[in-house]
Amino acid sequence: MSDATLPLRPAGSRAASVGDRFFALAATSAGVLVLVLLSAIILSLFVEGLPSFRAFGLNFLIDTDWDPVQEVFGAGVPIFGTVVTAVLALLLAVPLAFGIAFYLTEIAPAWFRRPVGTAIELLAAVPSIIYGMWGFFVIVPIMGDDVQPFLTDWLGDVPWIGFLFQGAPFGTGILTAALVLAVMIIPFIAATMRDVFNTVPPVFKESAYGLGCTTWEVMRSIVVPYTRASVVGGIMLGLGRALGETMAVTFVIGNTNRIPTSLFGPGNTIASIVALEFPESHTGSLKLSSLLALGFILFVISFIVLAISRLLLRPRSA
Amino acid sequence: MSTTMGPAGRMPASGPTRDRRVADMLSRRRKWFDRVVQALCIAATVIGLVLLASILFTLLWRGVGALGLHVFTRSTLPPGSHGGLLNAIVGSLVQTLAGTAIGTPIGLMVGTYLSEYARNSVLGNAVRFVSDVLLSAPSILIGLFVYTILVEPFGGFSGIAGCVALAIIVVPIVVRTTEDMLRLIPTELREAAVAVGAPKWRVIVLICYRAALDGIATGILLAVARVAGETAPLLFTSLGNLNWSLSLTQPMSSLPVTIYQYAGSAFDDWVDLAWAGALLITFGVLALNIVARVMLRPRS
Amino acid sequence: MSQTMNETEQPPAMATMQARSAETLGAARISIRGVDFFYGSNKALKGIDLDLPERQVTGMIGPSGCGKSTLLRVLNRMFDLYPGQRAVGQVLMDGVNILDPGIDLNQLRSRVGMVFQKPTPFPMTIYENIAFGVKLHERLSKSQMDERVEWSLTRAALWDESKDRLNTSAMGLSGGQQQRLCIARTIAVRPEVILLDEPTSALDPISTLKIEELIDELKEDFTIAIVTHNMQQAARCADQVAFFYLGELVEVGTATQMFTAPREKRTQEYITGRFG
Repeated sequence: MSDATLPLRPAGSRAASVGDRFFALAATSAGVLVLVLLSAIILSLFVEGLPSFRAFGLNFLIDTDWDPVQEVFGAGVPIFGTVVTAVLALLLAVPLAFGIAFYLTEIAPAWFRRPVGTAIELLAAVPSIIYGMWGFFVIVPIMGDDVQPFLTDWLGDVPWIGFLFQGAPFGTGILTAALVLAVMIIPFIAATMRDVFNTVPPVFKESAYGLGCTTWEVMRSIVVPYTRASVVGGIMLGLGRALGETMAVTFVIGNTNRIPTSLFGPGNTIASIVALEFPESHTGSLKLSSLLALGFILFVISFIVLAISRLLLRPRSA
Repeated sequence: MSTTMGPAGRMPASGPTRDRRVADMLSRRRKWFDRVVQALCIAATVIGLVLLASILFTLLWRGVGALGLHVFTRSTLPPGSHGGLLNAIVGSLVQTLAGTAIGTPIGLMVGTYLSEYARNSVLGNAVRFVSDVLLSAPSILIGLFVYTILVEPFGGFSGIAGCVALAIIVVPIVVRTTEDMLRLIPTELREAAVAVGAPKWRVIVLICYRAALDGIATGILLAVARVAGETAPLLFTSLGNLNWSLSLTQPMSSLPVTIYQYAGSAFDDWVDLAWAGALLITFGVLALNIVARVMLRPRS
Repeated sequence: MSQTMNETEQPPAMATMQARSAETLGAARISIRGVDFFYGSNKALKGIDLDLPERQVTGMIGPSGCGKSTLLRVLNRMFDLYPGQRAVGQVLMDGVNILDPGIDLNQLRSRVGMVFQKPTPFPMTIYENIAFGVKLHERLSKSQMDERVEWSLTRAALWDESKDRLNTSAMGLSGGQQQRLCIARTIAVRPEVILLDEPTSALDPISTLKIEELIDELKEDFTIAIVTHNMQQAARCADQVAFFYLGELVEVGTATQMFTAPREKRTQEYITGRFG
């Protein structure tokens, strides 16, 4: 050690630095590729949808006609259906998901939390087409035979909201689609909420218990305020999924391009109309361009929702 | 620190002056409310579990009866001619595996970039954000995108287009797990490796990847499970093919798309095949998820 | 075993001690009788007998893991939150065993308040932090609540610093202020007993001093138990000191006796810093 002069530039150093530079370049390029990918998706949908935007202008967003024979296309109905089914699904899913998350973090016996939590996570892993089939073969008959007639009897004559529950009980329609979507997003939201609730330091919960709080009071006054941003983020994540879901909706929504007056009425969503009409559109046609324009609109809506959700969920740069 | 002046001083200090009846009444009410809420939460959880059970039960009930050797040995055939799902199963395997094979290295490198090169850089944060958005973006849009870049310009639906669409879905999943797993590796381990003179890329490949292997493999499994069930992106890319075909330049069959076509059909034997396919794909996906969970357990 | 301390091992804060040398401890507010505690099958407390004298400060000392914090968490049944933890024996308060299964935990905890090692301000305003616990157990008008908030903040020596920002988030307070807020929040409920679990270990020396002065004032109204690692703190604050070691209560006595003439060799070794 004493007389050996340490070489400042060891033998392998050139090779090492070349390797380092190459690897760093590869990693950075991959990162940039992701940005390019997103830009390409936005750009391609926009460019391909441009003929439709040119032909119909801003009216495309509100026009409710979809007439391939007259070559008149409007996105009004699918946008309406997309937003209404997603929001309804959220209204149905959030209370249930919150209950499940609350149960899994505070109420369930410790040994029971893992198996139930895993079951809920598995529910989230089931492919969406299975939800569609299940909705079509199991939920639609129940809705048509029991739920919709029941709702009509009970709520059909209530002033102001009665019209929402009238109409022929086909079983399909906006409400059924929202229901199947809700079932699909419950596990997502519940799993996110559970993870978020578990981040609250136990000592905060203990302080609240120490003042004499009940479990529910600890949840409402400490855990939920402490995690509010992330909880909203998790809900937005569920909303994002519901907005863009194709298969679960296409099976059960009835697929009619008309704004329904009743929750039982058939409708469509952006994703469902694209999936159904696409096979009948020719390359270069105005119809295909309109479908891609719909895709662009869906992308913009989902991007906004997902962006908000990410900002709320992961301030993780530090 | 005087406490004798002002309204504060007049306040009786502790226990006995508190009105016990009010406290008892409030306590009863609060406890009752607590019990009601807890009961509702239990009900919510039971509903969740019943839904899962209903889905699995329906699949077993309709699917097991329809399953048979013919499902695995024969290709899709016109209604009434005792077809199977062989081409769909093989098509799904090919596209899922090829999609994963394309997407995984890219996702791995992006995850490495985020964890090892760009933890707090502006570009890194942008990449992380965009990758997170892609992770939850509607898959039907990925299908439309690949249609515009690979199907329209090259004149037709193809297996390749299907693989690329699935690969795009795989990337953000692998990015997320790779980054999360690499971040878990203690700094000391990296420093120890650097201290013996290893260049950074060797530290990453030989030390970090190896230490994070379980987690990264789990991410890849979850990605496989996710894309195996994807239907929407394949509708516009590989389209589906009723004939036996392994050519990547031709339309290619897949289980989800076949299920989609058959389930809505008017032919009982097709609907049965759809259920058989649904059973296969669901239990395949759930099995992959369970394996992934078991793999990750020792770490957590 | 008993032996007196020799002159070279002067215990800390001798002056405080002498000022209290004549005191006697009052009647018991809480009587702990034969309490065993289990984490699963692991016995963490063995046959503890201890009285907490009314309106006095009981200091609990001993090396980490000796069971002193565990005992504190028995007194308000905090351990009930965690499956696998259980206590047997008797903890008597007004002749009632609070370890009985039928005890109303929410009301028990309103009578036995607790302050933790780290400040735990709730994610709400300063005013709401105080009012939060009060509302659980009492029906107060707005003006009564205002009075209560002012009273408890004053008692916690935080009023002057916080009266102009009652409606701002409690997260904006400094660490020492947050801890005093937690004390104010606890006394606002008007408990009879206050449990302090190393309340100053996360604070700077000046904040620590303020909390210690506060403890001295609070014992006019409350029975206090404090767990501490800091021998000087025990000497400065406590009237009665209990030394725990390996889940056993080795020795209990007045602060003066414990720091000047411990009966047990282990106590002497611990307070003079030979182990711990």
